[in-house]
Amino acid sequence: MPIIKDHKTDGLPFSDSPKLKARNVNVFYGEKQAIYDVSLDIGANEVIALIGPSGCGKSTFLRCLNRMNDTIEICRVDGQILLDDDDIYGSKVDVVPLRARVGMVFQKPNPFPKSIFDNVAYGPRIHGLVEHRDELHEIVENSLKRAGLWNEVKDRLHAPGTGLSGGQQQRLCIARTIAVDPEVILMDEPCSALDPIATAKIEELIDELRENYTIAIVTHSMQQAARVSQRTAYFHMGQLIEVNPTDLVFTTPQHSLTEAYITGRFG
Amino acid sequence: MTDQQLTTRAKVERSMTRRRRAEMRFRAYGVMSIAFGLLCLVVLFSNILGQGLSTFRQTVLEVNLHIDGDALGISRQSSEAEISAADYETLLKNFMREKAGATSRDDRRLAGTLVSVGAPWQIRDAVLANTDVIGDHLRLEIIMDDDVDQWYKHDRDIGQPGRLKDNQIKWLESWIADGSLHTRFNTTFFVNGDSREPELAGIRGAIAGSLLTMLVTFLLSFPIGVAAAIYLEEFAPRNRMTEIVEININNLAAVPSITFGLLGLAIFIGLFGVARSTPLVGGLVLTLMTLPTIIISGRAAIKAVPPSIREAALGLGASRMQMVFHHVLPLALPGMLTGTIIGMAQALGETAPLLMVGMIAFVVDVPNFISDPATVLPVQIFLWSDSPERAFTERTSGAIIVLLAFLIVMNTAAVWLRRRLERRW
Ligand SMILES: Nc1ncnc2c1ncn2[C@@H]1O[C@H](COP(=O)(O)OP(=O)(O)OP(=O)(O)O)[C@@H](O)[C@H]1O
Ligand SMILES: [Mg+2]
Repeated sequence: MPIIKDHKTDGLPFSDSPKLKARNVNVFYGEKQAIYDVSLDIGANEVIALIGPSGCGKSTFLRCLNRMNDTIEICRVDGQILLDDDDIYGSKVDVVPLRARVGMVFQKPNPFPKSIFDNVAYGPRIHGLVEHRDELHEIVENSLKRAGLWNEVKDRLHAPGTGLSGGQQQRLCIARTIAVDPEVILMDEPCSALDPIATAKIEELIDELRENYTIAIVTHSMQQAARVSQRTAYFHMGQLIEVNPTDLVFTTPQHSLTEAYITGRFG
Repeated sequence: MTDQQLTTRAKVERSMTRRRRAEMRFRAYGVMSIAFGLLCLVVLFSNILGQGLSTFRQTVLEVNLHIDGDALGISRQSSEAEISAADYETLLKNFMREKAGATSRDDRRLAGTLVSVGAPWQIRDAVLANTDVIGDHLRLEIIMDDDVDQWYKHDRDIGQPGRLKDNQIKWLESWIADGSLHTRFNTTFFVNGDSREPELAGIRGAIAGSLLTMLVTFLLSFPIGVAAAIYLEEFAPRNRMTEIVEININNLAAVPSITFGLLGLAIFIGLFGVARSTPLVGGLVLTLMTLPTIIISGRAAIKAVPPSIREAALGLGASRMQMVFHHVLPLALPGMLTGTIIGMAQALGETAPLLMVGMIAFVVDVPNFISDPATVLPVQIFLWSDSPERAFTERTSGAIIVLLAFLIVMNTAAVWLRRRLERRW
């Protein structure tokens, strides 16, 4: 049972130029419900931050957006999620091209145990994005540059990606994701394993990426949410409590639960 | 307050001695069991090596034989068939009698039996290889009878006559003194097939049979096992059916191997009419036996691939199959190969199921193909261990040494492969 009966999300969950639209999404792990009736727009070229206490369903919701939940056998999603007005849970939708359009960066850096070059080149290769080796080199170089990693690795592109530092590995994973040129990038606590300097680099990167991509980021750091996002969505026990422009959420939260969370009374 | 703290500390101290003692005891048990294991190993190896190493030496007599073309009825121009058919046995007998200086009827017989019954063929082969020796002298190391071999290698040192007569020993001693009787590396043991005569019996046939059987087993069980492991781990829906299959595969791994022999007899030979005693049918039976091992170890290797790698691949839009073949399989392969080699090593040492499909036949010829009658190393060992001759006992241990050498090589290869292919993440 949801903790608040018949809750309607406070604030502005909808957007004028939505890229992704979630409508009445409910998610179940077996018998247990993890997401209750969430409706939310993610606008084109915006960064939206998903915050909330541990276990409230942020990751679960994020993973619905590119159907990564399909890999969990007991997981069931209902409701509608539209990418450019196409239902991604439609019966004819193939998840492979969907995930090429909606990329994901995970909490723990997870480079393939292959070379740096092959890590970035993998996506373009399997999707057949390039005809020639030169083009592939170009894509790899550009992606690494945009991920702010190029200068650090340009001399050792054929060294294993797993040999990089944690922060470098995470930027490599971001480079790998943008090499496929997705429209939306989902990030699940991308900085939780990183030190402040590496975090700052990735935050800078997110800011730059916003020009071309739509980004949804889960974070436990309210400073991070404040720094990188335009809107912030607050989840609580599987319900979407409030969505508002980030500066509003952190100065004048609308809902008492949001206020309790950002003032540190639980979390 | 301090009182209470003190008593707590005292309690911990007291329990510490008990815990330390328990730990010491446990360690002692561990050391003891390892020592026991090592002791068994040492006893086993010293026993086998002690009995079997002498197999690798063979007693020969160096002779300078006059190949009398007139007596043999051949010349340098004779055809191969004529040369093959000549009576080298008599030639050798006469030579031996002369060399021993035997005059009496008994002595003449005794002198003749000193050499192996295979010695005339040795002469024939040498003559065939070089017809120029006809009418000339042929230098040859003649294989001696197994009684002579055993006497020279074992009994002579302890002053025992073995199965030889006094006169025979007298002659042999004189030949040892002039250096013509000595031992050399036992090539016969490695180039000949099985024989009724111990001094002529070799393991080449059994090794070839084992290799051919292993080849069949590997070619069938590796692809089938890996495919089954991948399917069960990555693609099979989780339902009752899969569960039943899984349980049965695990059960199969525990089935006594002789049962697979019976199954093979009924199905491969009875139903499909595969020829018995061949590496093909042996390999099929061993495939049945090895498959569970490969599937189970393959699945364990696949399970050990971190889920984050799978998520990374899927998140980039790789299909399931691409995920499996590009990422999971390369990481799981070392484990799969190790499991396969261990399964193969098991199969190499297996005897019981092969007896059921007729690989126990006495086969002299070295098999060249998977459909030739053959035996395998462990069965050869089993066959020889059943023979009464001392020389066969020796050869039993010799063949065990060779089998162990193969197994050690395979296990080392497994370890090496794993180290080599293992990638860190
Ligand atoms: N694979 C799963 N199987 C069953 N239940 C799950 C699974 N994954 C998550 N859950 C449950 O769903 C709920 C939401 O989990 P989720 O991982 O989305 O939380 P979260 O907000 O991301 O938490 P955190 O901030 O700790 O990452 C939790 O109660 C969790 O126990
Ligand atoms: Mg999470």
